[in-house]
Amino acid sequence: MDDPRPIKVLLAKLGLDGHDRGVKVVARALQDAGMEVVYMGMRVTPETVASRAEEEAADVIGISLLSGAHKKLMQAMIKSVEEREIRDEVLILVGGTIPEGDEEELAAIGVDGVFPVGSSLSDIEHFIREHRKPRA
Amino acid sequence: MPLYDKDALDSARANHASGGHDELSTVANKMTEPLDQFQTISGIPVEGVYTPQDNSALNYDKDLGNPGQFPFTRGVYPTMYRGRQWSRRQIAGFGTATSTNERFKFLMANGQTGLSTDFDHPTLTGYDSLHPLSEGEVGRLGVAIDTLPDMAELFNGIPLDGVSISLTINHPAIVLLSFLLEHAKDQGVSWDRLRGTVQNDSLKEFHGQKTFAVPPRGGFRMTMDLVEYCTKHVPAWNTISISGYHTREAGSDAVQELAFTLAQGMAYIEGGQRRGMSVDTFAPRLSFFFGVHMDFFEEIAKLRAARRLWARIVKERYGATNPRAMLCRFHSQTLGSTLVRNGMLNNIVRGTSQALAAVLGGTQSLHVSGYDEAHDIPSEEAMRMSLTTQRILGSETGVPDTADPLGGSFFIENLTNEIEERAMAHIKKIDNMGNGSMLDGMFAAIESGYIEKEISDASYNYQKRIENKDYVVLGLNEPIPDATLPPKLYEHDDLEEERQKERLANVVRRRDPQITAGALDALREGTAGDANLMPLVLDAARSHATEGEIMGVFREIFGEHQDPGIF
Repeated sequence: MDDPRPIKVLLAKLGLDGHDRGVKVVARALQDAGMEVVYMGMRVTPETVASRAEEEAADVIGISLLSGAHKKLMQAMIKSVEEREIRDEVLILVGGTIPEGDEEELAAIGVDGVFPVGSSLSDIEHFIREHRKPRA
Repeated sequence: MPLYDKDALDSARANHASGGHDELSTVANKMTEPLDQFQTISGIPVEGVYTPQDNSALNYDKDLGNPGQFPFTRGVYPTMYRGRQWSRRQIAGFGTATSTNERFKFLMANGQTGLSTDFDHPTLTGYDSLHPLSEGEVGRLGVAIDTLPDMAELFNGIPLDGVSISLTINHPAIVLLSFLLEHAKDQGVSWDRLRGTVQNDSLKEFHGQKTFAVPPRGGFRMTMDLVEYCTKHVPAWNTISISGYHTREAGSDAVQELAFTLAQGMAYIEGGQRRGMSVDTFAPRLSFFFGVHMDFFEEIAKLRAARRLWARIVKERYGATNPRAMLCRFHSQTLGSTLVRNGMLNNIVRGTSQALAAVLGGTQSLHVSGYDEAHDIPSEEAMRMSLTTQRILGSETGVPDTADPLGGSFFIENLTNEIEERAMAHIKKIDNMGNGSMLDGMFAAIESGYIEKEISDASYNYQKRIENKDYVVLGLNEPIPDATLPPKLYEHDDLEEERQKERLANVVRRRDPQITAGALDALREGTAGDANLMPLVLDAARSHATEGEIMGVFREIFGEHQDPGIF
């Protein structure tokens, strides 16, 4: 059985990267698809995102990165989520200019899904519905 | 003088209404048109054919004029590319100043005729390479410049008076330009011999590039202090590159790009006038920067409309009498967001089409985005291809030989009018928000999130058209055979960040701390008061204060801007 509660998605941009077109479009699309979306904006730290995710009991953390700093910043993101012991409750996704070669490496550090530029909005939505983590 | 004869127009209209004498009409009737309305990428309806009657109100002298004549619809110079071709200005920047200096020299050896500098995110947002927020982004998407010695290294071996230089920097514009001016002093190059541009468009940071450091009003003062200082002391320098490119990349349509860019420009003009400066003295050094998208005719019409609108606004609303103050001179860049990963080399075709539109639109300089930029910042090979694209258009096609070759096209003239009208409607809305002041209107439009929301709506609509395949892009929403060559992409050297941190630490270690502290104190005092900031920043640059320290003073006094997260 699917969990009947609306899916709660927390979106943010880490670091100083200002390319926010993609994340805003994703925010609108997921909202239109019936999910509850919080967009924290740019220049947010991994720690702030993790703390907000815990507070809001978010199902998904979606990070947008077009700065090339995705490896360092996603490592920090995962670490912050682990420190709050919510790793098993939340799906961690990243989108942006992620070179093909880096996708495996991101998966290895614990990123659940990578959506490089050009990904379709419906693919992102379906992925979330399919992989949403069950909650107690 | 009317563009078309009235009797001839009436007869054409009657002829069209009666079905005409077209021998092919029976054939045409069998070819069904899709039911959907045709429209440009920005949603402007497009008819199947345009005739003189679609432009019957157009007046040649009043609305077009010859190239180099008011309202400059057909071009800013009488001879256009016959006199001098557009500058081939590929932007470059990555790693340390040493690495970017090498790339500059590579570009110049491959046909580049103007330099343009891309800074990394820490530099753009006013943080030093050693700041914790900079971690992982130092030298990643642009070059890291922390101090005057970095700027000296960036232009090492490049005569500053031998090539025009563009610095793509906004809130810290006053700092980076000060580094360059102090470097020019060290090189014995007098400031009146410097040619170039600093972007310095603080307003567009809040809805376009999003690399703001301080809130809108503080940023505006920094912009205008630079304008006022350079108008007197660096007379050939373009003091603002009023930018639409980033707004378009942020997801706006072509009309919004044009409207918001001109609105920014109007705010700067009013800012200058409020300081008692004459529009005829500083407006000649304001230039523009537009993106060029895939919709070929829409882009050409947008660029023509930009010139006409700006000329009329500056003359009629702001009372300019110097024709140079009325010129909308602009740089163009083919849009990175139109590039597709899959089938990477197809992007060369996209770049060529957009570059051709920029040239037909009368651009003064051009950057063709690298075919590999959907993956990472461009490789040397991609930049060579971009320059080659420009050189082929310049020498093999005959396109530059006559000014505004599409002027008089029924479609282009109609579309130019349409875009002008739609852009004016946006500008009027902002004007109303400021009760007749575009400066107050822009502050209101930015601070209330109005512009961001407008762009966000357009961006989402565009993406929905992609999702629904209303607009087909090969390799994006239309599968193509996988014929991609293994890409030889830019390879980022992670050690560059460490090298830059070390460079910075060395400069800080070697400077006289008392002189630096004194310069920063003077800057703090001047910023809290109403002194022109530029002489104070020049002194701070000379004392080897870092970019982050100088911007830190501005953040301290002006405050910091928080992204409202509007979507």
